Amino acid sequence: MTKAFSPSPLFERVERARRRKRKIKDTQITLAHGSGGRAMHELVEGLFLEYLGNPILDTLEDQAILDIAQANGHRSARLAFTTDSYVVDPIFFPGGDIGKLAIHGTVNDLAMSGARPLYLSAGFILEEGFPIDDLKRILDSMSSAAREAGVQIVTGDTKVVQKGSADRLFINTSGIGVIDSDVRISAARAQVGDKVIVNGSIGDHGTTIMIARGELELETEIESDTAPLHLLVNEMLTEAERIGAPDGIHSLRDPTRGGVATTLNEIALKSEVHIRIFEGKIPIKDEVQGACEILGLDPLYVANEGKLIAIVSAEIAEQLVARMRDNPLGRKACVIGEVVAEPEGIVSMVTGFGGTRIVDMLAGEQLPRIC
Amino acid sequence: MKYIDEYRQSDLASRLADEIARLTSRPLKLMEVCGGHTHSIFKYGIEDLLPPNIEMIHGPGCPVCVIPLGRVDDSISIALRPEIIFTTFGDMMRVPGSKTSLLDGKASGADVRMVYSPLDALKIAKKNPARHVVFLALGFETTAPSTALTILQAAKDSVRNFSVFCNHITIVPALKAMLDSPDLRLDGFVGPGHVSTVIGTRPYEFVCEEYHKPLVVSGFEPLDILQSIYMIVKQAVEGRAEVENQYSRAVCREGNRRALEAIFEVFEPRDYFEWRGLGSIARSGMKLREKYAGFDAELKFAVPGLRIADPKACQCGEILKGVKKPWECKVFGTACTPETPIGSCMVSSEGACAAYYNFGRLSKVAERSGLSAMP
Repeated sequence: MTKAFSPSPLFERVERARRRKRKIKDTQITLAHGSGGRAMHELVEGLFLEYLGNPILDTLEDQAILDIAQANGHRSARLAFTTDSYVVDPIFFPGGDIGKLAIHGTVNDLAMSGARPLYLSAGFILEEGFPIDDLKRILDSMSSAAREAGVQIVTGDTKVVQKGSADRLFINTSGIGVIDSDVRISAARAQVGDKVIVNGSIGDHGTTIMIARGELELETEIESDTAPLHLLVNEMLTEAERIGAPDGIHSLRDPTRGGVATTLNEIALKSEVHIRIFEGKIPIKDEVQGACEILGLDPLYVANEGKLIAIVSAEIAEQLVARMRDNPLGRKACVIGEVVAEPEGIVSMVTGFGGTRIVDMLAGEQLPRIC
Repeated sequence: MKYIDEYRQSDLASRLADEIARLTSRPLKLMEVCGGHTHSIFKYGIEDLLPPNIEMIHGPGCPVCVIPLGRVDDSISIALRPEIIFTTFGDMMRVPGSKTSLLDGKASGADVRMVYSPLDALKIAKKNPARHVVFLALGFETTAPSTALTILQAAKDSVRNFSVFCNHITIVPALKAMLDSPDLRLDGFVGPGHVSTVIGTRPYEFVCEEYHKPLVVSGFEPLDILQSIYMIVKQAVEGRAEVENQYSRAVCREGNRRALEAIFEVFEPRDYFEWRGLGSIARSGMKLREKYAGFDAELKFAVPGLRIADPKACQCGEILKGVKKPWECKVFGTACTPETPIGSCMVSSEGACAAYYNFGRLSKVAERSGLSAMP
């Protein structure tokens, strides 16, 4: 690491191509646009931002941070606001169902800003013929997930469409939370020298869904990791404050669609840093590893629903990990990598084998309707 | 993890790499024929470990990469017929034809489904008797037996709504074509592993006898590949040219007799088959025998069957032959990327270009700047 980075001409050419302003060239939506990978980024940056962009949306964080102005001398408040739609197939799977996912996903998007999630909305699109019993089961699951997470569903909407116009049911949830502290957590704040932490084994959710579809006749014990992460985040923030580094947690993201690889790429791009991870340190369950070997999937790209990636200053990393391990959702927390300066905007992995490779964003579609 | 970690030990790897370096400092060009090997070489950063005098050339063994544009267009034209459920392996979905891919076809309303095995396609056919299911069969002798067995099963069960669009190819004519190519200078081959589980090692003996090149059939784990490279380099140093079998836990000289019988029962060679970038190669493709014509999608549906020239800018051919490195292609990494592939080498994760793009950008450079040191 003593020598400076010296990019080859090949490298420069690829990096220039990667940094080009995203334009959408496709004439119709394909499944690749929903994969969480590069095609989706093109859709979002090349189309949605083109028409709908504003300074808040343009940050492309998982949630909008709203500074509510101090009108009439009242003190100001910072709100986190987010929305997400759930189309997972199958709607019931080991470890959860679409309803539980709809609560946890939105709670987690709020939590990744350090917010305390408070209120959720729920919108349902139901296909004609959908069994009421299944709906009851899903609502029951939503109700307990919301209770556990300490949030209330305070507004909602229902639409029914003809058979064939939607597949069983889709759920949208939006959420509001309050950011109590002054922390400014952002994917753009990763700094050289920071450590990369994950709170447990990766790839559980995506692998579970793939197997639950029953197309592969694999039998495993793998369950979705779906879980609300705001309490864990709160403990992390408290710990950072206790050890005198209240601002030491720089970025938080939940690696859902596109997996850890895509999330790290987003952070590396936004923060203009290089993230280097170590294959040997990334926790992956044997069952997940095995299923991925058979299916030809890379666990780094497989979705998670109860995991977070934290980029934190090196001084607090060890203590933070120790604190996280006290929480059931952080039992397997560990440092998996570090932030270095160059080559910026890229993620690399030192393989268990001793080589190094680039970990790029997902290019094609791996698994549609994963959440 | 058992049966995986044993083949990925880094201390053994560096010892093997040292041994390779000790054998010779003579520059040697070795080709791995199989796309699976290309993928492993990049995924594990094997080139980082090799001494600088050993150069790997990434050969034509990615079946998705060598499918010509015209056959992709034919697939899309079948898939777009309303009565069809079109099934294929995931890799094939994004392969660009002359204008669109199967994924675009799906967005335009074609019922295209990804399967892991041709038997899954047959299952779909049985479940949907009112529709006709076409399976896009592709691959070397590795996948041909499962297609053959599926057709035999369909015949046995008298399934009428199932057919196969056959793009199976064979490795030996391709190897011959490579060896006969005047611009190719190779010192040895990492021989295909999965193909060899079916055909055995005997069919490669001509490589040594007629062309005097060493060939070592290799497994796919990183240590397998390094050991195979060691064996090839050793042969080269000792002036030998033999077929050796590193992958003895899966491959024997005679191959898998039952699989070969199934292939022979169902398929016969085509006079010519076009390979993307390499052109027409005699007796390198398989088609269904007369007896199974009822399952031949090419006969059932009038496919346009046009021959479409590869895009001018694309240099897949030179890259597949190892004459050019991916980055020597003008469009590599600029117009041609994994998201918007022009050449098929960029589509499949086994393609040389995609492998370079995804895994290789950092390798040598990274090593020089010390990136591979563990903290």
